[in-house]
Amino acid sequence: MLQIKNLHASVDGNEILRGVDLAVNIGEVHAIMGPNGSGKSTLAQVLAGHPAYNVTEGSVLYEGRDLFEMDPEVRAREGMFLAFQYPVEIRGITNAYFLRSALNAIRKHRGQEELDPVDFLGVLEEKLKVIGWDDSLMNRPVNDGFSGGEKKRNEILQMAVLEPRLAVLDETDSGLDIDALKTVASAVNKLRRPDNATIVVTHYQRLLNYITPDYVHVLSGGRIVKSGGKELAHELEAKGYDWLKAEPAVA
Amino acid sequence: MTAAQVVDRYRAQHEAFARNGGARVPEWVRALRAGALARFTELGFPTTKQEAWRFTSVQGIAETAFAHGATGEVPAAKSIERLELCEARRHLAVFVNGCFSALLSSVSGLPAGVRVSSLADALARDPELVERHLARYARLEDNAFVALNTAFVQDGAFVYVPEGTVMEEPVQLLFLTAPGSEPTVSHPRSLVVVERTARVSVVETYAGQGDGVYWTNAVTEIMVGDGARADCYRVQRESERAFHVATTQSWQGQGSVLSFHPVVFGAALSRHDIGAVLDGPGGLCTLNGLYLLAGRQHADHHTTIDHARPHCESHEYFNGVLDDQSRGVFNGRIIVRRGAQRTDSKQTNNNLVLSEEARADSQPQLEIYADDVKCTHGATLGPIDQRALFYLKSRGLSPDEARSLLTYGFGAEILERMEIAPLRVQLERLVRARLLRRARARRAP
Ligand SMILES: Nc1ncnc2c1ncn2[C@@H]1O[C@H](COP(=O)(O)OP(=O)(O)OP(=O)(O)O)[C@@H](O)[C@H]1O
Ligand SMILES: [Mg+2]
Repeated sequence: MLQIKNLHASVDGNEILRGVDLAVNIGEVHAIMGPNGSGKSTLAQVLAGHPAYNVTEGSVLYEGRDLFEMDPEVRAREGMFLAFQYPVEIRGITNAYFLRSALNAIRKHRGQEELDPVDFLGVLEEKLKVIGWDDSLMNRPVNDGFSGGEKKRNEILQMAVLEPRLAVLDETDSGLDIDALKTVASAVNKLRRPDNATIVVTHYQRLLNYITPDYVHVLSGGRIVKSGGKELAHELEAKGYDWLKAEPAVA
Repeated sequence: MTAAQVVDRYRAQHEAFARNGGARVPEWVRALRAGALARFTELGFPTTKQEAWRFTSVQGIAETAFAHGATGEVPAAKSIERLELCEARRHLAVFVNGCFSALLSSVSGLPAGVRVSSLADALARDPELVERHLARYARLEDNAFVALNTAFVQDGAFVYVPEGTVMEEPVQLLFLTAPGSEPTVSHPRSLVVVERTARVSVVETYAGQGDGVYWTNAVTEIMVGDGARADCYRVQRESERAFHVATTQSWQGQGSVLSFHPVVFGAALSRHDIGAVLDGPGGLCTLNGLYLLAGRQHADHHTTIDHARPHCESHEYFNGVLDDQSRGVFNGRIIVRRGAQRTDSKQTNNNLVLSEEARADSQPQLEIYADDVKCTHGATLGPIDQRALFYLKSRGLSPDEARSLLTYGFGAEILERMEIAPLRVQLERLVRARLLRRARARRAP
């Protein structure tokens, strides 16, 4: 589904990603961990197509196609979804209106009929149940005045509505209380299907108690320095990252 | 033309007016007009040397010979339908070139004691009632345009809601300029009186037909008695080459509530002075405005909220969307008088600047003479937020869709505070239509 090869990316002339290699197959869940500032969000933003990041070397294939040939909105319509570490506020636009616009953009791309507000309400109600929300945040401007945890849950709601093929969750667990963490994890699990894949960026192994990853990777200094199974997360929890920095990069 | 010559032209016009159409009025009105004309003669039109007019030149108004009292062609009833922004049709007063049109208006089903009529009619039928309020709120001493409007006071809207009466349906006032062969001016004057504990919503719309040059010089006075509530909406949709100058002055009693929502789409040049006096404890005043400008449009809002008594609250929100070479000016003055303790005042002015050549000026002006007060203000100015743009794109929206959604959001933020749902929906539609037109124009080579 996703093949990242020797990816280098820089921002404002600083090289942040220095040769990332990663392959994600259909049906898999990958966890990416790593110290602050190691480039996890950069990787996520590069995948989503943020214009501030310059790809200087390497390639990414998404479902066999060159990802960098696709504009950000095309990536989204082709099923890629990034849950932002810092979701953005949109003034004046209600959450419901925003969600419907996004869903319709994707439906149009797929040749499906656009949903009117009434039909959309049906879809929304069902998805709200998945994340255990009522509709009280639906008529408020997107993320405007939302608490940190509400913003994160709102990202998951968007994911539930848009039904991506590849979801990248950038620290969606940070700032969540324990109940919210369980809700988010169970939402992610419910949305898991044999034909999609998920990458979760996280600092905490506790999320991985709920979302069981097939692989765990450690990103450090702009490279994946170690990969393993879910037990690697436990090891990191116990030992931290220092012991890895000395080790050579795992190709 | 010299300033003296310009003033002379209006004096001559006034002489003709006082002899003919304006003759049949009570003595006090004649005196009011004469005093106002004298004041206008002293003041003359403002120049950009005056602080309050620094960014807005009215030279175009001073130099144009506007005919006064033009009859023009009365528009067909059908053609005004698109200008009615509420579904309520029972309390509709229409004015063409400043004069009440009985033909186009439909006023019926008013609760007992409520008046919705032309000001001329009210002067004939209830002169004492009008005298108690007319020209008591809008000061003509330091505003040449108010002085000129008052000098020509004759017709306009009169809305009166007696004590304790709650009006369910909004009152609609439509001021229409119909094209004439030469530039024309009208001086519509409106008076809204809401007595103790009464309640009413009023929607004023200013619009023009055709593409001629004309000038609307409007003054509206709003009196909100103790415990009363008025929700006033104002939609300015003048035609492309029009000049629009206006003053809206309100006065509020104890525990009263006023919300005022001016929305600007039209006119080449517009200037709106909005004054609100909170003259009884516990009053609440909300000013909630939006201006959407393109081409070479220029819109200037000068607001003054005067906290004269303690325990009052004012909220002021103005958003501007500026495209092409347009220019938006906002000046927000807040006065907190000595003794007006526990004042709570909040002001924001956000400008979305869509083109390199567009310009926004924003100036707060706080004058605080009491010590136990809370006053905040903030202004923003800038292009579309790139982070928000990327966020929307990452959800599948095209750059065009994303940009217009963000622009729309800027307007919607203001429209959301409007409580008349059909009006809000119509305004949302107008904002969307405006953005769509812009998007198309952009795409065209
Ligand atoms: N505009 C920028 N200019 C310069 N450096 C930047 C810029 N944006 C990001 N960086 C740097 O890139 C590095 C990687 O940042 P990134 O956000 O990808 O880290 P991260 O692994 O997600 O960290 P965290 O765990 O704290 O979220 C950091 O050192 C950051 O300071
Ligand atoms: Mg990060």
